[in-house]
Amino acid sequence: MHRSLGEKLWSIAVWAVVVFFVVNLLAMIGSVVVNSFGTRWFNTWLPAGFTTQWYTLAWDEFQLPDILVVTAEVVGAVVLLSGLIGVPTAYAMARRNFPGKQAVMLLFLLPLLVPPITYGIPMATVLYRAHLAGTIWGVILANLVPTVPFVILIMIPFVEQIDPRVEAAARVFGAGLGRLFTQVLVPLLTPGILAALLLVLVRTIAMFELTFLTAGPTSQTLVVALYYAVFAAGVRPGQSIDAMAVVYMVTTLVWLLIALRFVNPTQIVTRAKQ
Amino acid sequence: MSIATMSLRRRMRERGLDAVTLLVIPGVVFVLALFIYPFLYGLVLSFTPKEGGWLANYQKFFSDSFLYDTIYLTLQIAVPVTLLNTVLSVPVALRVRLLKRQRLLTTILVIPITLGTVMVAEGLLTYLGPRGWLNRFLLEFGLTDSPVRLIHNYWGVMLSLVITGFPFTFLLTLSYITGIDPALEQAGAMLGARARQRFFRILLPLLAPGLAITLALAFVQAFTVFPSAVLLGAPAGPTRVISIVAYQAAFEQYDYSLASAIAMLMAGVQVIIIVALLGARTLVFRGPASTGKG
Repeated sequence: MHRSLGEKLWSIAVWAVVVFFVVNLLAMIGSVVVNSFGTRWFNTWLPAGFTTQWYTLAWDEFQLPDILVVTAEVVGAVVLLSGLIGVPTAYAMARRNFPGKQAVMLLFLLPLLVPPITYGIPMATVLYRAHLAGTIWGVILANLVPTVPFVILIMIPFVEQIDPRVEAAARVFGAGLGRLFTQVLVPLLTPGILAALLLVLVRTIAMFELTFLTAGPTSQTLVVALYYAVFAAGVRPGQSIDAMAVVYMVTTLVWLLIALRFVNPTQIVTRAKQ
Repeated sequence: MSIATMSLRRRMRERGLDAVTLLVIPGVVFVLALFIYPFLYGLVLSFTPKEGGWLANYQKFFSDSFLYDTIYLTLQIAVPVTLLNTVLSVPVALRVRLLKRQRLLTTILVIPITLGTVMVAEGLLTYLGPRGWLNRFLLEFGLTDSPVRLIHNYWGVMLSLVITGFPFTFLLTLSYITGIDPALEQAGAMLGARARQRFFRILLPLLAPGLAITLALAFVQAFTVFPSAVLLGAPAGPTRVISIVAYQAAFEQYDYSLASAIAMLMAGVQVIIIVALLGARTLVFRGPASTGKG
């Protein structure tokens, strides 16, 4: 196809928008990283000198070891439990037709479509009445609300890809439901389970709203602690907040890179077939 | 025992209810207990105010300009940013779909979504601040005389929603555009349609349903903006969004009933906008986007 001058200019304009966006995004991340290693930084492109003291400061001041332990506990529990609840449910949803299946499907779609802060406030109220909010269990339960449906919706197409004759054969050879799962389905579903759980992991590390609404002083995850640090900016040097932000970024992005080995970036957004 | 249970079991199985079907129960019970029940509980709670009649919370909200203005303030942020992100996404996605190696770009763009709004707020505070690189650049090249104020106001929140929202709308739009069969556009080109005509007469109608969903999801996210409105905006003034007053009612005034009412209003506005968008979608021509036999 022959391209006119107008089309070429249009193409250049579109790419300029992309480049402008990416440059600003990388500069935003870069300035946090540079600031976290800088000594004094006033009217220059780069700080006067470089140091790692802000990391030691942040490590002690923000009680990062405790926060990292809580984060690992919450994320670990959420990944494990959403897999345990989600995968069997997805299997049943993929393999059986039953009355009210459409309604059940809608039930699983809703927590993914309604933004967390909308349902988080009534949910936190219920969890406070049940004396669960403020504890690590409250945080875990709150985070499971979007992740269980997420695992279900991701796993359904993976289950549908498996030939049902494989399951029938296992049944013929006398495998019960338990053995069918542990010895046939889970090995066959490993790629899907891995993708779903890695995405749950990344989403839970970054899940601010639900954790923020349900966490107490001892059950804060990294992202909530970062919020409080930025909120109280001025109390501590800005560089130590940025040091904490870098710790958060590294934690998230390492897992994102691992997850991207198994999923396509567009899958992070589209969640499920529409 | 055996005959009765056997026949029951058989009858259940005929309706598709066997042991495998029962595996949906944990998932269903979980969502009912932690999503549906709290929502209904909040709805009832919103009609049982601390004092006054059953509508007292809603009356309070709509008689106090400090409260009802938040709907307007939130829309003032959410509507422009949703439109901007979606309108920008379409031409960019149209270009990117032609690329063979999209992976690097999509990976870079998924980063801000993954980092989340808190991290983006902290990043923009450093980057857009008076001593940040952006103002450094503007001053150095003489584009401005004094640092431009982009944080702790409306623009800070706006920019944070572009940084997290544009990649979201772009990746969604890209997934819809790649679902459109390129043969349809080629056929248009062969019949002499120019690029502009091909876009408005072929691609846009096919993309419309996907765009309606993208707009709805992007709007709902922008409408519930919270951390960046607090950290990067002016939470007492122009960026006093509705989620801030809902949060304050619950966790600063401990008025869970009023907080639930605000959350219900928040959900109400979202539902109105989504229904309007999806309703508009059906007004536009809908046809199969991928090749079929039909």
